Amino acid sequence: MIAEAGLAALWLAAAFALVQLMVAWGAAKHGANPNVGTLMTALRRIALVQGLLALLSFALLIALFVRSDMSVELVAANSHSLKPLIYKVSGAWGNHEGSMLLWVTVLAVAGAGVAAFERRLAAGTLAATLGAQAAIGLGFYAFLAFASNPFVRLNPAAPDGQGLNPLLQDPGLAFHPPTLYLGYVGLSVAFSFAVGALVMRDVGPAFAKAMRPWVLGAWIFLTIGITAGSYWAYYELGWGGWWFWDPVENASLMPWLAATALLHSVTVLATRDGLRAWTLMLALVAFAMSMLGTFLVRSGILVSVHAFAVDPTRGTFILALLGIYIGGALALFGARVGTVTQGSTFQLVSREGALVLNNLLLTVILGVVFIGTLYPLAAQAAGVQLSIGAPFFNKALVPVALALVVATAAGPLLRWRRDNWNALAKRALVPTAAAGLAFALLFALARGAHFTSVVAIALSVGLAAASVAPVARRNLRRTPLHVWGMVIAHLGVATSIAGMAADSAFKVERLAAIQVGQNVTVGPFRVTLAEIRPQIGPNWSALEARLQVRRGESKMFELLPQQRFFSTPPTTTNEAAITTLLDGQLYTILGQGDDQGRWQIRLWWKPFVTFIWLGGGLIALGGLLALIGRVRRERRDAETEAYS
Amino acid sequence: MRRLLIWAPLALFALVFALVAGGLIKPGDRTIRSAMVGKPLPALALPALLPGKPGIATAELKGKPRLLNIFASWCIPCIAEAPQLLKLKAAGAEIDAIAIRDTPAAVQNFLAQHGDPYARIGDDKASAAQLALGSSGVPETFVIDTAGQIAYQHIGDIRAEHVPMLLAELRKAK
Repeated sequence: MIAEAGLAALWLAAAFALVQLMVAWGAAKHGANPNVGTLMTALRRIALVQGLLALLSFALLIALFVRSDMSVELVAANSHSLKPLIYKVSGAWGNHEGSMLLWVTVLAVAGAGVAAFERRLAAGTLAATLGAQAAIGLGFYAFLAFASNPFVRLNPAAPDGQGLNPLLQDPGLAFHPPTLYLGYVGLSVAFSFAVGALVMRDVGPAFAKAMRPWVLGAWIFLTIGITAGSYWAYYELGWGGWWFWDPVENASLMPWLAATALLHSVTVLATRDGLRAWTLMLALVAFAMSMLGTFLVRSGILVSVHAFAVDPTRGTFILALLGIYIGGALALFGARVGTVTQGSTFQLVSREGALVLNNLLLTVILGVVFIGTLYPLAAQAAGVQLSIGAPFFNKALVPVALALVVATAAGPLLRWRRDNWNALAKRALVPTAAAGLAFALLFALARGAHFTSVVAIALSVGLAAASVAPVARRNLRRTPLHVWGMVIAHLGVATSIAGMAADSAFKVERLAAIQVGQNVTVGPFRVTLAEIRPQIGPNWSALEARLQVRRGESKMFELLPQQRFFSTPPTTTNEAAITTLLDGQLYTILGQGDDQGRWQIRLWWKPFVTFIWLGGGLIALGGLLALIGRVRRERRDAETEAYS
Repeated sequence: MRRLLIWAPLALFALVFALVAGGLIKPGDRTIRSAMVGKPLPALALPALLPGKPGIATAELKGKPRLLNIFASWCIPCIAEAPQLLKLKAAGAEIDAIAIRDTPAAVQNFLAQHGDPYARIGDDKASAAQLALGSSGVPETFVIDTAGQIAYQHIGDIRAEHVPMLLAELRKAK
């Protein structure tokens, strides 16, 4: 019964989405009519009900997984009655059908959120926005109903489930996809706002203020998702790297880049009424990148190290949706953007000018990642098989990224509207001096380190100094929360870049084949292979190396890397053992043994590598503070208006 | 100029859409081409797994085209492909095998249940021979020509429709 109820809720939600689209059409058409208020009330309620129904459907799917109902095909294929509860729950979205249902649910709930909380937009624009949101929802409901129904019964029921890939049984991975989806779907709301504004020719600060919290929210989730995904790949895959430039990774990076640009341009639109057309364009591009990402991951069109169940039919379906929504929105943009007036202007040397520069650089980076990701496809059309990896991306992106660091440092030092070079130079004195000092120190102390890495570290020191400038010499308690958010996010960027540069400049790698009792040195560490011993886990057996590590004269500690064997399905995984110290991580892997009793041990000393993810965390925290600050300020402004 | 610029995003999107749609309609050659095809069989010296059946030594695998099948008793697709191997043997193919990370008892049991098409079975406890052959999973089947060179690599289980093709490869490998 639960499965049938879930399917019914899904169809009902789809029906409500259809009604929502039609009512929104009517309300947007008669926006000037005084009686449109009734229609708007109905529209808001319909959006709420749609959200609740989708949520109910998803909750019922989770219930099926928790009860291990093996008469449902999806549960039988992706779960097992003996799995820990948390993986039963996460199994609900750890597969194609469930993850698409999650996507639709978040989409519908976000639409309900817009309907419930958005009070500032003109009735017509809000109606058009909710209509666009319903239209997106309809496409994905159709996708679920016709191409990936999660509630299909299995007759006869399976005796037990087939379990889940052991690589995926990890708390990090259980929550990684939903985090990214929240980000993707948040961008769908920004897209709907942009479509609504284009339809009603109502592009201005009110629209930007309505859109901004959604962009911020989406951006926070994307930041967390990418940071966590990078760390997961780093410790789970056992190759010691933190970014692979794999198509599936790029699929999550591209929306983030677009959202970062959008976040900055929407601020210009909200506070200074500038960059109208550009902000609209970015909102469309950001969601286009989310959909493209979903398509690349689900269609399996590009060869990726990530093994997903892929299916060309589903790929075709998502591609059709991509064509309708993005193609349609871009056509609307072409037809309407001529009527969007220019908005306020600004001088080149100003906060706006720096933000435009930041946007251009981010767009260039996005373009390079986009081309690098899709180029193999173009080459394939020409009959050539190739893949593009780290050398291309690093060579093309590092200079642009360093320019972006400088622009990020300059932005907050500039005033809105107009400023002059002399004032900027004066304010940039301390950051420039900090960067110069860092450069000189590194150049003297770390001879032989890669020059670009040294420059990157020096620039990130300068960025850190420039980032705190807006709160230096200011009453800290009266500084608005969103300013703190910007400061912390920019500090996070500096931290991440410093971590990446330090890792590439100073990491030491050793591959040794040693017998028990012998030792090997890596960086400042002396590592002794004390023992190789078997270990038995719940559904695996392993060989475990006991490594005794000593740094100089300090206390000895142990690391226990493993080689794990899973029986169903037969897989071997390398469980890295990592120790985190204040100045970096020691990363160890146990490899094959040979017939002379020697074992391959792979060691990396990675100074300050943790800064990469620490920075990601700071960026997300900064976004969160900005979101809270903005929402509070909006509410206060609304109250002041109501009383005045 | 400005009007052109406005439509540029849509044009760019159309281009990408066409590219992606093309890739979807005509998927690229996704088969993993073996780097080993056309090269001599790497030097293998695998001990016998079962009493009465010799192990695998590269020097002996010459003079007549043959199949080298990589299998394991714990591998479920190997059960599915077992009848096809018997058919190939009935059609006159000589089939040798490498058992991956297996035990004599389990293999004995497997052959008793699903039939025994093999002339030789080499014991590859640590998947070392498998790696040397550039094989990534079980089952896989190599066609070895008269001169001891790898003529063809079949990845995955052999289904009924693959049997004539493998027989043709064997004839070509003379």
